[in-house]
Amino acid sequence: MKPFRSFVPPLAALLLAASGGALAEGVLIDKSEIRFASKAMGASVEGRFRRWKANVDFRPSDLARSKANLEIELASIDLASEATEAETRRAAWFDTAKFPVATFTSTAIRALGGDRYEIAGTLALKGVAKDIVVPVALRKDAGGNSIAEGQFTLKRLEFKIGEGEWADTSAVADDVVVRVRMVLPPVS
Amino acid sequence: MAEIRPIIPTDVAYTRTAIVLHWLTLALIATGFTIGMRMVDLPIAPQTLRIYAYHKWIGITVFVVTLARLGWRFAHPVAPPEGLPAWQRHAARASHLSLYVLMLAIPLSGWLFSSASGVQVIYLGLIALPDLVAKDEALAAALKSVHHALNFTLAVLVPLHAGAALKHHFVEHDRVLVRMLPALSGRREEPTR
Repeated sequence: MKPFRSFVPPLAALLLAASGGALAEGVLIDKSEIRFASKAMGASVEGRFRRWKANVDFRPSDLARSKANLEIELASIDLASEATEAETRRAAWFDTAKFPVATFTSTAIRALGGDRYEIAGTLALKGVAKDIVVPVALRKDAGGNSIAEGQFTLKRLEFKIGEGEWADTSAVADDVVVRVRMVLPPVS
Repeated sequence: MAEIRPIIPTDVAYTRTAIVLHWLTLALIATGFTIGMRMVDLPIAPQTLRIYAYHKWIGITVFVVTLARLGWRFAHPVAPPEGLPAWQRHAARASHLSLYVLMLAIPLSGWLFSSASGVQVIYLGLIALPDLVAKDEALAAALKSVHHALNFTLAVLVPLHAGAALKHHFVEHDRVLVRMLPALSGRREEPTR
């Protein structure tokens, strides 16, 4: 899979690069991130995905029409070492040869009051689809961009992430905290 | 053959605590060193994660035991064995000092290395030790070299230390080794009290 940036027309990409970040369907992708954290032998292990696509249309005034869809290229995982990254691409973990992409597709966005929202959607990962709810907080940065930050905890074993000997949660914890930070440009 | 030497007065004998801690340290270092040499070649697996953790726990234990030994040593000073030539006293002093420095510096460099690699040390899986430095790949690589170099120094010093003790025992037939290994004394000389 190619990074989403290659889908952006070159001229637009050039203009956006000059203005400080590539824009991908409503998200300043270079300023945004998808990170995760788990524990191995009790010690925190953190990482992120380098390549993903987003299709976000967020309108607080029209939540029914709003959506937040993500496509994550799992092989683009960024961990402490290349050896660990290679391990997580194997069949026991993400099996990226068979399941290269994880998707999140929003089904409903609900206002919780103030700058807080709740995005319900389906997370499809390694052939397993589960409905999840992600609480999101929205704020503005100095440049007028909106920053949406959400966090949820998934159980890796529910998605068969780390099978066989790796299913042992005394070595690697079941809980994985996923943190998503999307920077959205001002809507014109 | 062996000439009879006077019984060691108590003020030059190591206490039972000092002796136990000395041999405990040897066991810990031998285990931690062996694991450390081998774990780096293991494939990524849950068992490997555990073995890395055990290596770190052993190292931190050596650090703590060494601090305890130093404290104990200052509280219970022991005179050097009598009758040693000055150069041997100086060499022994220098090697003991170096060993103490290494027993603190090696675990510390490992802890720093782990911190710089972005892996917090959770002692015995229970106590989260603070990260001494922030994650930094270049620093981690440098600390890895330091950790290795210090260990190779230890791998030279320990055989020298043991070799000297064995030479005292088997060549010079004095009581230098018996001071730290009283079990040996009964075979060669019966203490009178």
